[in-house]
Amino acid sequence: MRSMAEPVLQLRALSKAYQVGGRPLPVLKSLDLDVHQGEFTSIMGSSGSGKSTLLNVLGLLDRYDSGTYHLGGVLAKDLSERRAAQLRNRMLGFVFQAFHLIPYKNAWENVALPLTYQRVHRKERYRRAMAVLERVELADRADHLPGELSGGQKQRVAIARALVSEPTLILADEPTGALDSATSHLIIDLLEEVADEGRTVVVVTHEPDIAERTRRIVRLHDGVIADDRLIPRRERSTPPVDATEAAR
Amino acid sequence: MDRFIEILQTLARNGTRTALTALSVAWGIFMLVVLLAAGTGLENALLYQFRDDAVNSIWIWPGQTSRPWRGYRVGRRLQLTNADHDAIAALPGVEQITSRFRVRSDSTITYKDRVGDFDIRSCHPAHQYLEKTQITSGRFLNEDDLAQRRKVVVLGAEVVRHLFRSQDPLGEWVDIGGVAYRVIGTFFDDGGLGELSKVYVPITTAQTAYGGGDRVNAILFTIGDMTVAQSQELATEVRRTLASRHNFDPADLRAVRVRNNLERVQSVTGTMKVIRAFLWLVGLGTIAAGVVGVGNIMLVSVAERTGEIGLRKALGATPARVVFEVLQEAVLLTSVSGYAGLVSGVVAVEILEWSLPANDYMQNPEVDLGVAFTAVGVLVVAGLAAGIIPAWRAAHIDAAHAIREGA
Repeated sequence: MRSMAEPVLQLRALSKAYQVGGRPLPVLKSLDLDVHQGEFTSIMGSSGSGKSTLLNVLGLLDRYDSGTYHLGGVLAKDLSERRAAQLRNRMLGFVFQAFHLIPYKNAWENVALPLTYQRVHRKERYRRAMAVLERVELADRADHLPGELSGGQKQRVAIARALVSEPTLILADEPTGALDSATSHLIIDLLEEVADEGRTVVVVTHEPDIAERTRRIVRLHDGVIADDRLIPRRERSTPPVDATEAAR
Repeated sequence: MDRFIEILQTLARNGTRTALTALSVAWGIFMLVVLLAAGTGLENALLYQFRDDAVNSIWIWPGQTSRPWRGYRVGRRLQLTNADHDAIAALPGVEQITSRFRVRSDSTITYKDRVGDFDIRSCHPAHQYLEKTQITSGRFLNEDDLAQRRKVVVLGAEVVRHLFRSQDPLGEWVDIGGVAYRVIGTFFDDGGLGELSKVYVPITTAQTAYGGGDRVNAILFTIGDMTVAQSQELATEVRRTLASRHNFDPADLRAVRVRNNLERVQSVTGTMKVIRAFLWLVGLGTIAAGVVGVGNIMLVSVAERTGEIGLRKALGATPARVVFEVLQEAVLLTSVSGYAGLVSGVVAVEILEWSLPANDYMQNPEVDLGVAFTAVGVLVVAGLAAGIIPAWRAAHIDAAHAIREGA
């Protein structure tokens, strides 16, 4: 099922330690991981497993000590803050548990935010933001402020924002943590669709039933990958066309 | 334009706080402008007394001795004469020199049936330079008038208005204390009504006609482009010359009174420098308070927006971009409110100038262009200064941490 093409995300012997009281405390211990395009992966682990640190490293928000991290074929190591910001802007889309929409900007302005850091002109930003809002079926809420949207709608706006710059990798950090279970499943469905459309999606979660909805679960325990397994495709709450499966 | 809207959005989120901060900056600039304008007004008023006299001049009046000297008693009244005039004229550095002989004050001046009581001043031709007399028609006194003791007179504008109305006075004859004088010129003087009510006649004529002998009441002379030190030296030299001629102690400051205008102007200018520096200090201090306010509000705003700034960094805002945005906000806030302060300051000064009654302490307070530009410069710098610390804070926000903590 995995293609032989170069992985979108490739970790080799990646390690990171924090200094605690003058001594190094290893958090990530020589991780190896490949994630290919179109994969819908979840990273699970309890608190203290190194899950959050891994997420920060994958999101180019934190550095690592040794090993390598290739993102879309680019070696992301010892980046300057400026370079890291540029790579995040072009290659990564973030979805957060708390949505993190700017409260005084309306839906489409929030969606278009990554584009402002690419110096895209306002008209073009609007056009592209509207296109992704259309994709998450919120075009009719484009002019609404986040305060006027439901939790599910907010997260869909956030997903639209993650999609707008057509990133190599989408990182979702507990994307359903603030939502009720019905809405959670809709959001997972949406992320799955996004993956089915060829985007690579990594969901970090501690909720087993959310992880079960992805196709691959990487279980992190005490800084090492304890388990990495594929999950067979199963019935969905909104049945997709089998064509996506056939296309692989 | 985009960024501008964005900045306005952030500033508007804390409307009251922003408005109060803006007010404090505006107040600072307002105070600076008004203070400096008041300083200019004060300086104008102080320098006003020199307006119609040559600044580079020394004036000498005879006094009364206050120290015993070589057997002469104290309290002796001195009388200056033409010979003193000549002795001073011979001193190096003395340029234009004139004496004055005061014609009795009860001398009235008559033209036909019109009579006026004006101050008759008799002098040398050089007097024109010392009083900055501006000839409006005809000519001033000349050496020939003095040599021949001509009975000629130069009239001030006010005298002309009183005696001649709209008639041309040149060539007409007026009577001063029983002596007929021909009008050879008229003049204007910046010194106001008092100076415009003067009548100038040749000193030789006056001394002869009114029993003056060789006596003079004052000697005035210009000193070219001397420094203050040089002028003080010359004044001492004059005092010494007169001391030896009239037998008084050269250290007796009451024997002759010497007014060194250059020295006086210098002291006024010196005082003004100190006052001006003080006003700048106060004004800048007030602005500084406003700037600290701006810095403060920016710090609070950055702290409140930690989550948002973290998010922006995660989405691709480079540290430079974050710094730039915060600085822009600070500069916009200070420059807009400062500009408002500048404009209201200028308006206040205009109103002050317009409503100020004539007085000796404040004349033509004004905001000069240089000051206005300096104030604007101060603003931009202040805005940047106010933004630096908050911007630095913002740029160093740890995006991962900020996002986890929540917006």
